[in-house]
Amino acid sequence: MIRNTAKKIYIVLIFIFLYAPIATLMVLSFNASKTRAKWGGFTFKWYIALFQNEDILSALSNTLSIALIASVVATVIGTAACLAIMSLKKRGRALILGITNIPMLNAEIVTGISLMLLFISMGLKFGFGTILLSHITFCIPYVILSVMPRMQQLNPSTYEAALDLGAGPVYGFFKVVFPDILPGVLSGFLMSFTMSLDDFIITHFTKGAGVDTLSTKIYTEVKKGIKPEMYALSTIIFLTVLVLLLLVNRNPATRDASSGSNDSAKI
Amino acid sequence: MNKVLIDLKNISKSFDKELVLDDLNLYIRENEFLTLLGPSGCGKTTTLRILGGFTSPDQGKVIFDGQDITKLPPNKRQLNTVFQKYALFTHMSIAENIAFGLKIKNKSKSYINDKIKYALKLVNLDGYENRMPDSLSGGQQQRIAIARAIVNEPKVLLLDEPLGALDLKMRQDMQYELIRLKNELGITFIYVTHDQEEALTMSDTIVVMNKGYIQQIGSPERIYNEPENAFVADFIGDSNIIDGIMIEDKLVEILGVKFPCVDIGFGEHKPVDVVIRPEDVILTDPEKGRIAGTVTHLIFKGVHYEMEVTAGGYEWLVHSTSMFPVGTQVGIQVDPYNIQIMNKPESEDEEAVAIDE
Amino acid sequence: MNSMKKKLLGLPYYLWCVVFILIPLGMVFYYGLTDKSGAFTLENIVSITAPEHLKALFLALLLSVIATLLCLLLAYPLAMILCGMQVNQHSFIVFIFILPMWMNFLLRTLAWQTLLEKTGVINSILHFLHLPGLNIINTPYAIVLGMVYNFLPFMVLPIYNALSKIDDNVIQAARDLGANGLQVFLKITLPLSTPGIISGITMVFVPALTTFVISKLLGGSKVLLIGNVIEEEFTQASNWHLGSGLSIVLMIFILVNMILSAVFDKDGEGNFL
Repeated sequence: MIRNTAKKIYIVLIFIFLYAPIATLMVLSFNASKTRAKWGGFTFKWYIALFQNEDILSALSNTLSIALIASVVATVIGTAACLAIMSLKKRGRALILGITNIPMLNAEIVTGISLMLLFISMGLKFGFGTILLSHITFCIPYVILSVMPRMQQLNPSTYEAALDLGAGPVYGFFKVVFPDILPGVLSGFLMSFTMSLDDFIITHFTKGAGVDTLSTKIYTEVKKGIKPEMYALSTIIFLTVLVLLLLVNRNPATRDASSGSNDSAKI
Repeated sequence: MNKVLIDLKNISKSFDKELVLDDLNLYIRENEFLTLLGPSGCGKTTTLRILGGFTSPDQGKVIFDGQDITKLPPNKRQLNTVFQKYALFTHMSIAENIAFGLKIKNKSKSYINDKIKYALKLVNLDGYENRMPDSLSGGQQQRIAIARAIVNEPKVLLLDEPLGALDLKMRQDMQYELIRLKNELGITFIYVTHDQEEALTMSDTIVVMNKGYIQQIGSPERIYNEPENAFVADFIGDSNIIDGIMIEDKLVEILGVKFPCVDIGFGEHKPVDVVIRPEDVILTDPEKGRIAGTVTHLIFKGVHYEMEVTAGGYEWLVHSTSMFPVGTQVGIQVDPYNIQIMNKPESEDEEAVAIDE
Repeated sequence: MNSMKKKLLGLPYYLWCVVFILIPLGMVFYYGLTDKSGAFTLENIVSITAPEHLKALFLALLLSVIATLLCLLLAYPLAMILCGMQVNQHSFIVFIFILPMWMNFLLRTLAWQTLLEKTGVINSILHFLHLPGLNIINTPYAIVLGMVYNFLPFMVLPIYNALSKIDDNVIQAARDLGANGLQVFLKITLPLSTPGIISGITMVFVPALTTFVISKLLGGSKVLLIGNVIEEEFTQASNWHLGSGLSIVLMIFILVNMILSAVFDKDGEGNFL
């Protein structure tokens, strides 16, 4: 009895630790006072101001479009790569998967500066494009690590059976193979989207002047003081995602997709 | 007769309000090879887990060597278990796996080494000390699991469907191996399986279970030749189970025809179940049999032919070394001592044991 | 699809690997091993021994090791409890730990400023309970807290995964062979969850060692870690050669860490999700 209570208290404490900052930010989004140190009464004004703040809205649109494009491109390239990797021999496979692990295990600051040096030497103009390329780079490994385990569980006979029954290779793939790996693909996509949205470090090194994502915008605001609209915006994003994920998790058919199977991840 | 080693008294157990064992009573003798046999969900594994200490009964007592061990944790019991899927410690070598229990008992190094050598020899895997469990085949892993259990010199070895994951050939080899081991060790084996052939081959005593009840306890021969009810008859081997009426002692009417039998004491004009094993059905010329019928199916099975004969409105299963092509008119004859009479289930308890198919 | 076509499908990714993973890494090495005129030099790497760099490296090592150990100490019991709860939905556990990521990483970390301030929430509670106040904001302690807060999920999830893969039968077999609770933990549970622990350590240690954001946000401008030094070389001092040289030094630590995890976690048992 006592043991069980102690366990519950421990879990609750950890969750308070994890979610206290989030609660704090939500409270701050309703704080009438502009400084975060003082409670100035309840207000919705930051939510209204948010939709008139062009800087924040353009950063939001950059963030979302980069996250969406990067995760779609990464999902396509990554899934195609998985198909190819499966047909490789042991050593080739180990090599490719080893390289795939580099962006996941290496420090983000090193990945960031390495891409920055690349873009400089290629003479690329820093901006939306360079951020996008960088995000695709760190998203693909998440896709591969989500899809690969599904691919390996696949029974090769089902695809061969489809061909045997007269399906063409493309039709056979989309009818037989794809539905089986779909949960992995979706999970890779979701991981990519999340990681892209939350990324600051790599964006910091690969963005140019004038282009901002939410993360870099917040970073420049740190010294001047964060605009309360930012709190309002992140509260909206957080609650939207919470509701969406809860809906997805309620549906047993798609539950698998949000969990992923076997990927590794870091911030 | 050896003395009683384990006594299970009035054991009941439910999971999620579902009764798995209902007032089970069973005693096990020293040096006995006892098999708990039954379909999945019959309570045999729960019985074994209660013996091992992994599950505690809601009611009842487990008496071991005269002592009540109902509440004793598994690590304090003088029994060891061989688990269904081996449950070897994958992060340890074979030698470390076998030494596990001995190290916990703080045995000396030389004692442990001797024991490892002895156990590996016993299961025919000498020289495997430094291999890792993953590098062994299923059959080899199972032998290691047995070796790991027996070095602790338990008085009883519990085996939970240990051959379930092996292929047919390996299973047959391991059956002989287990009999040999039991004889060499001279300890009690309690074996759980749903495979009637395994049970018949190895056991001294078979306990047939269904739906939490013991259906019959007896030697393999007895269980096979004289099943006490339709469930046992159906579960052990193939059989023809036919509704019949006991006319008087030593005479039963099946499908409207009177057959002489050897059973007595069932009363007069009482409905009974009649069991006739397929190999006991004798096919003759139509006029020489008690019932005439037609062969409807024929399959060659190697040692014998398997046939289905429709006679008297019943599909008889027949095993015979002589062949009768499909469509042949045949007569059916059964020797009186090959007819087994069973009471029809009457009480609710017995109802519950009716064949669930 | 014949195998030729299948191989072609991988081409975009293989090219991507070369252009965006291997070449950039090569460039870090190129810049790190040359001076501004392009001549070979070890100076950039040797400059790690400059007192201010060494200080930043040692502090980063110290704080990240402490943060990693704290994460391990907090995460292991948590993972064991979560496993014991027999939550059927593995995805639910992952969900709870991934969810905070949808609140921006910088904002989440900044929120600790509000919580830790002299008149902040935590101190108000402590004051209410007549406990001494906590003045750790803008100190290394706050940085460690930020590290633990941000990276704890990456310790919990691999350990939880490794623990949940341990077959109940194996635990029971150990009990059956005479092991008591503590012996089962030390001889079975702990060794079998080692891949998860190692994977967790890698995933916490690397980002903690190399962070410049957490130190900037919670350490005030007083505390410099090696990550801050490198970041400044790139964004303010524009000395890419020096920054690359220091990055190479950093990568040595990362590499050791990676090799360690490769040795202990061959089968990827301690994976994150």
